[in-house]
Amino acid sequence: MAKDTESVESCGTGCGCASAGHASEGHHHAHVEETPFEARVDEHGTRRMFLKLAGAAVAATAAVAATGCGPNGPTAAEFLQQHYKKLTDEDKKKIFARIEEDTKARTGVTTRVNDPPPLDGVEYAYALNLSVCNGNRRCVEACARENNLPDDPEIRYIRVLEMEAGSLEFEEATPYYAREKLPARDKWYMPVQCHQCDNPPCVRACPVQATWKEPDGIVVVDYSWCIGCRFCVVACPYYARRFNFFEPEIPPDRINPNQGYLSNRPRHKGVVEKCTFCLHRTRKGRMPACLEACPTGARKFGNLNDPDSEIRKIIESKRVFVLKEDLATLPRFYYFFS
Amino acid sequence: MITALFRFSIDSVRAMLRGSRAYYLWMAFLACWILLGATAYWHQLQVGLSATNMVDQIPWGAYIANFTYLVGMAAAAVMLVIPAYVYDDHDLHGVVVLGELLAVAVLVMCLMFVMVDVGRPDRLWHMMPVIGRFNWPVSMLSWDVIVLNGYLALNAGITSYLLFTKYRGQRPERKKYVPFVFIAIGWAISIHTVTAFLYSGMGARPHWNAAILAPRFLAGAFAAGPALMIIALSVIRDKMGFPVKPAALNRLRQIIAVTMLINLFFFFSEIFTELYSFKHHAASMRYMLFGLQGHTKLVPYIWSAVALNVFAAITFMTPRLYKHQKVLYAACGAAVLGVWVEKGMGLVIPGFVPSPLGEIVDYTPSFTEFCVSAAVWATGAFIYTLLLKAAVPIELGKLRLAGAPTLSPEDYHQGHGHAHEGSEDHSHGSHETPSPSPEAAE
Ligand code: SF4
Ligand code: SF4
Repeated sequence: MAKDTESVESCGTGCGCASAGHASEGHHHAHVEETPFEARVDEHGTRRMFLKLAGAAVAATAAVAATGCGPNGPTAAEFLQQHYKKLTDEDKKKIFARIEEDTKARTGVTTRVNDPPPLDGVEYAYALNLSVCNGNRRCVEACARENNLPDDPEIRYIRVLEMEAGSLEFEEATPYYAREKLPARDKWYMPVQCHQCDNPPCVRACPVQATWKEPDGIVVVDYSWCIGCRFCVVACPYYARRFNFFEPEIPPDRINPNQGYLSNRPRHKGVVEKCTFCLHRTRKGRMPACLEACPTGARKFGNLNDPDSEIRKIIESKRVFVLKEDLATLPRFYYFFS
Repeated sequence: MITALFRFSIDSVRAMLRGSRAYYLWMAFLACWILLGATAYWHQLQVGLSATNMVDQIPWGAYIANFTYLVGMAAAAVMLVIPAYVYDDHDLHGVVVLGELLAVAVLVMCLMFVMVDVGRPDRLWHMMPVIGRFNWPVSMLSWDVIVLNGYLALNAGITSYLLFTKYRGQRPERKKYVPFVFIAIGWAISIHTVTAFLYSGMGARPHWNAAILAPRFLAGAFAAGPALMIIALSVIRDKMGFPVKPAALNRLRQIIAVTMLINLFFFFSEIFTELYSFKHHAASMRYMLFGLQGHTKLVPYIWSAVALNVFAAITFMTPRLYKHQKVLYAACGAAVLGVWVEKGMGLVIPGFVPSPLGEIVDYTPSFTEFCVSAAVWATGAFIYTLLLKAAVPIELGKLRLAGAPTLSPEDYHQGHGHAHEGSEDHSHGSHETPSPSPEAAE
């Protein structure tokens, strides 16, 4: 019971409120009506007392009324949800359904949350041809759409650095370039995203094992387990991790309904996220969205364990390199010049 | 025993509730800050960490800077405990409990700073062993959680035991608590070391990835901690009528004179190594000291910190200066503030600048961060004052179980295991004379 109460009153703590910070009082009421409390606690005990407490909480919230956070903090089920690796198939089904319903209620969009498992004997790797990349950043946008990334304030997994000719030094580079004509003279371009390190410092840093390396090499985050301490953000040498400082908002017409539980399903404020090599696509044999969007053909992706794959040929025949090799993170993301 | 424990709690709470006008005013003042901070924190819960000035490039800000500094502050206790127990310095023995209580309050602040920093405080239970999924021993943060809570438990346990026996008019039994004191000494070193390792273990951040980080950490802590202790003890002496021997304060001053110099020495060694070799890794250092590409927000902080620390170091070594009470207090304040800036802003923030991809982003705390941080400090002061309100009369023998025998300070100190020949010279007798403050006499 105590936990139920907390789940209501501490709504701000992890509230999935879609309009954080700037909704009117009317918004509260709307929320209360849309998601009646009974619906949330049916399975979880003493409803009457809960309703009483909930009533008090609603009154308190209405009194505060300064913000857009209604009583839709973590529900009891959300609060008690276990770590991904402890979930049974039955649990997962319930959770996926809950997420789908939640998205439906918030945005009216019908989504499908699934959880494709890593494929046997597959280890992914990525290679990027720096000779042809012209810095157009289509990959950045395609990634944002594919992975349901918010535009305002912007979260992007891929950062394209405009490098000075003759320099590999990041301090001379900038991700904030606006150009009519790309590539600009005396510049070259280096897209950086999560390198899915084989020896990932971010995973070591996490105090609660909310992030880990999957058998196919992809480093994932359980958004329902992350406590938002940002230790992994500090530990990542490639600036690949993004923290949700704001409650992310995606316009309904931009939501990608094909959602992986460990990749592009809805996140809420207070948790960390990152590139997952589009595992909801790649584990089903498709290519990552960034690769498909790239007009220059700079991006190559595939199964490292398949001797006939393009990625394998590139790594074997081109002079590839990885970033910050001295840190022994063993990235699965290679760069090369052709 | 159980009834005594019960009466102990009741009496302690009663002592905490009673006090002079000044006491109530002080507590009301702190309560105002706490309320302000609670409001700010509520706001932060609503809008998320966007209420802070942290961004992806600066993932940790004022909260973790304060946390880092306060972990060091908890050293205040150990710098009293080591001389008192290891070297049998009986001047410090009389005040050692006050230092341990300070450690308790400071550790509560540390844990609060971690709590306000996480994005999902409702999920902190994920850190608990068994029900959560604690990443021990791989994650340094999980070590930090263990050592901090352990140190808190040790200090709370030792002080409760000492005060409770005193309250009952009994002598503390050495074998029941001295082993824990020694564990706590080792433990105190470990909390700083582990916190330093949290930073120095990160290959991604060259500014921190240096072996000198942990020693630098300890040196700074062992300067700022005793400095705060001098201020606290003087206030306790003047306002609560607790006899603090000048020799005890002098011992602390001697400690700071050494540790502050070591601290400055480490700092300059690091600056030299980084700057003279002119490697690119020195960018953070250059950012901190001179600014980079026009970003100079941190520069004034660092130079004022250096100035404060140098001033403190000189004062603590020069008898002509530290003989004057006011100058001594000013130097203590300078050490506390100087190390705060140097270890907080000067250590945490430059580690993020430039970012791993070379970006330079300035950071100063937002209003919310300021209010929440101030409130955590106020909470620490609030807790420490409450603890003192009960501990001081117990230590003075004024608050004790009805019918408990009176212990003279000498007896008590023999109980501490200090059968010094000269124990008569304990000037604890002052509690028989009327104390200068009305509240101590209640
Ligand atoms: S690039 Fe960063 S986030 Fe990705 S696996 Fe490596 S350390 Fe982790
Ligand atoms: S922010 Fe989340 S994923 Fe990153 S270390 Fe903290 S709990 Fe782990």
